[in-house]
Amino acid sequence: MKIGVFVCHCGENIGRTVDCPSVSKACASFPGVVYSEDYKYMCSDPGQNMIKQAIREKGLDAVVVGSCSPHMHERTFRKACESAGINPYMVEIANLREHCSWIHDDIPQATKKAIDLMRFAVERVKFNTPLQTIKVPVTKRTLVIGGGISGIQAALDVANAGFEVVLVEKEPSIGGHMSQLSETFPTLDCSQCILTPRMVEVYQHPKIKLLSYSEVENVEGFIGNFKVTIRRKAKSVKEDLCTGCGLCAEKCPIKKKAFSEFDEGLSNRPAIYVPFPQAVPNVPVIDRSVCTYFKTGKCEMCKKVCGREAIDFAQQDTFITEDVGSIIVATGYKLYTIDKKPETSIYKGYGEYGYGKYKDVINGLQFERIASASGPTSGEMLRPSDKKEPKKIVFIQCVGSRDESKGISYCSKICCMYTAKHAMLYKHKVHDGEAYVFYMDIRAGGKNYDEFVRRAIEEDHVNYIRGRVSKITEEDGKLIVKGEDTIAGLQVTIEADLVVLATAMVAQPEASKLAQTLGVSYDKYGYFQEVHPKLRPVETATGGIFLAGACHSPRDIPECVAMASAAAAKSLVLFGSDMLEREPIVAKVDESTCAGCMYCQKVCAYNAIEKKEIRDRQGKLIKVVAYVNSGLCQGCGTCNATCPSKSVELIGFKDDQIFAQINAFAEV
Amino acid sequence: MEEKFEPKIAAFVCNWCTYTGADLAGTSRLKQEANARLIRVPCTGRIDPVFVIKAFENGADGVLISGCHPGDCHYNAGNFHARRRWTMFKNLLEFVGIDSTRLHFSWVSASEGKKWVSVVDGVIDSVRAKGPFTQFKKLNKEHEIPVQTGEGVSTK
Repeated sequence: MKIGVFVCHCGENIGRTVDCPSVSKACASFPGVVYSEDYKYMCSDPGQNMIKQAIREKGLDAVVVGSCSPHMHERTFRKACESAGINPYMVEIANLREHCSWIHDDIPQATKKAIDLMRFAVERVKFNTPLQTIKVPVTKRTLVIGGGISGIQAALDVANAGFEVVLVEKEPSIGGHMSQLSETFPTLDCSQCILTPRMVEVYQHPKIKLLSYSEVENVEGFIGNFKVTIRRKAKSVKEDLCTGCGLCAEKCPIKKKAFSEFDEGLSNRPAIYVPFPQAVPNVPVIDRSVCTYFKTGKCEMCKKVCGREAIDFAQQDTFITEDVGSIIVATGYKLYTIDKKPETSIYKGYGEYGYGKYKDVINGLQFERIASASGPTSGEMLRPSDKKEPKKIVFIQCVGSRDESKGISYCSKICCMYTAKHAMLYKHKVHDGEAYVFYMDIRAGGKNYDEFVRRAIEEDHVNYIRGRVSKITEEDGKLIVKGEDTIAGLQVTIEADLVVLATAMVAQPEASKLAQTLGVSYDKYGYFQEVHPKLRPVETATGGIFLAGACHSPRDIPECVAMASAAAAKSLVLFGSDMLEREPIVAKVDESTCAGCMYCQKVCAYNAIEKKEIRDRQGKLIKVVAYVNSGLCQGCGTCNATCPSKSVELIGFKDDQIFAQINAFAEV
Repeated sequence: MEEKFEPKIAAFVCNWCTYTGADLAGTSRLKQEANARLIRVPCTGRIDPVFVIKAFENGADGVLISGCHPGDCHYNAGNFHARRRWTMFKNLLEFVGIDSTRLHFSWVSASEGKKWVSVVDGVIDSVRAKGPFTQFKKLNKEHEIPVQTGEGVSTK
């Protein structure tokens, strides 16, 4: 094998501490090296041309470049070599900059290390083999999980680009938390007014298949080729027959047994219900846990009144499968609750705030419902316990958030803004009322955000008190809020009529289960994990699965929308070509030595290894071996290290390649 | 020779966390001792225990294995397999006759350039204090097994 070695000075970056000409000279004496050269900027056009020319003139089979990290310019040099006629995988990079010149001062030591690193790469490249990128076809359809604002935005973006979308929502209607909000910061525009047209657009879009009241049950396959099983929960209503007239819900005799999820428990709903008037699809479902028919076998009031005969008590859950090429996860968030938590939970409750037993201590979403014109009080500012107008209201920020003693160390990000909004909305409705906000810091980064908080303080005269609330007690219909004002250095006691807690945003309780179904990672709180916090913020480590919205971390509406569009764009990038190219770093089984013990299958995190039967011409079973699905294999190599007979090898990181490097260690 | 002993450290690092973390240490110009030689593998799960034994056989005085933090593995679970493997392997190492405290294991993420420096320097210091690793070299001599050096001659 004829190897060419190229040592880059990287201007002064490598050249300052590594004597590049000596390195190049030393490399020339390595067995197999027929050409060795150093140059100021290898990645520049003249540098690349130098490599190309040497490949052609010296007939090189392999190239080793001593330069910056392979994460930086491996692709550059591979491309250059490919254009000169050698396989891109016959190129090795020795990291002389990040791992040598930049971290050492001593020139002889750094030069010696550089020579060692070059030797490793030269020895390794001798065992490299030409590889071809793997091509897999792409199914140009997207699955969006979650029909909140993030899911809606992602679905619309993909569908408007001309590709089919399957949108799965576990609730009876899409809309998510945004549909519950009264008005949105910092513009105070009505949330439903801006959201509902989008919901309708989703419903009417010819490219979007909306599956409400459904959940993702199983996911198989890999980037470009996922097979998803979806459970369609029984609505007990035939969707195609229902006109959404609402007569069933009106006549349902169950009025008080079930709390409305949409109103966050502040009102009741019947057993057969649509979550809210603008629901999409406008098809009711029967809550079988409270329905009289499902409990006693009698009633059938809804069936009697339905002129379309859409009620179907016998309906069962059904399962459908969908083939998609990409998956956008937009499952959103839940609010942390202050109630007493079980020992096993990572969170702790707020005993000092009464563990949620005071009726007039509510959370932010409940306040949204009270402030909303579509809410239980039709937008009138009335407290839940006695329906009286609260004259003194206390908002407490960071309930759960940034409180490690309760198990949450992160900032929920949106609470500073929505608390300012809540206080404003209150003041706009109760002109003689007093509003107090207990805060730790005000975090109002964002366009027109800080101005908004200033407006609450300066124009609407909301009293901001810097400090924590230590205790809330209830006396004669008043809530006694005890806290401290750390700026004045005083203890504060406020007799409030209503207390609103800005409770932390937490991940959906089933998020970790979904993450395991999808094979994506998640953090200790259950938030889904991106590949790279800066440069790949919407991609998961599993190819073809993208993240949108608050299922990734606390974020507000504009950020959710931006992230959803980014996730949609990532899907569309995938759909830009018919075939998908991916690195050929995958495991391969030597069937002649494989004993079929299937240990490799047990350690594979991607279900990429399956059993394969080898039969003779008569169809008689000769043996069972492991088989790697190269579309699923991500190339970690755990199977390679596990195999007792070394029958499965990770192409690109084969044993002999790594042993060549280790053997070269003898000369360090 | 004895008083100026400089240990040789073979470091097997995963591509996604520790290698990138070491890149960050470079980008941040965090100075460190020059005794370690990194061998990049996709995942700590790829590291065969034989790699470690071979490294000692080829003159390493200490071996460092470093990958993503538990739960952060780019390949979901490779580092968990690696962790289990080393728990078992440490005993085996003693059985083979290698002082298992010469084998170091750490988690260094892509954002922990500083931690990488302290890990590397810590390992170098620890191995330096132990002195050169000679058991395998002695073995080789006794049984006259030539040390494999690739196909050519040394440049030393």
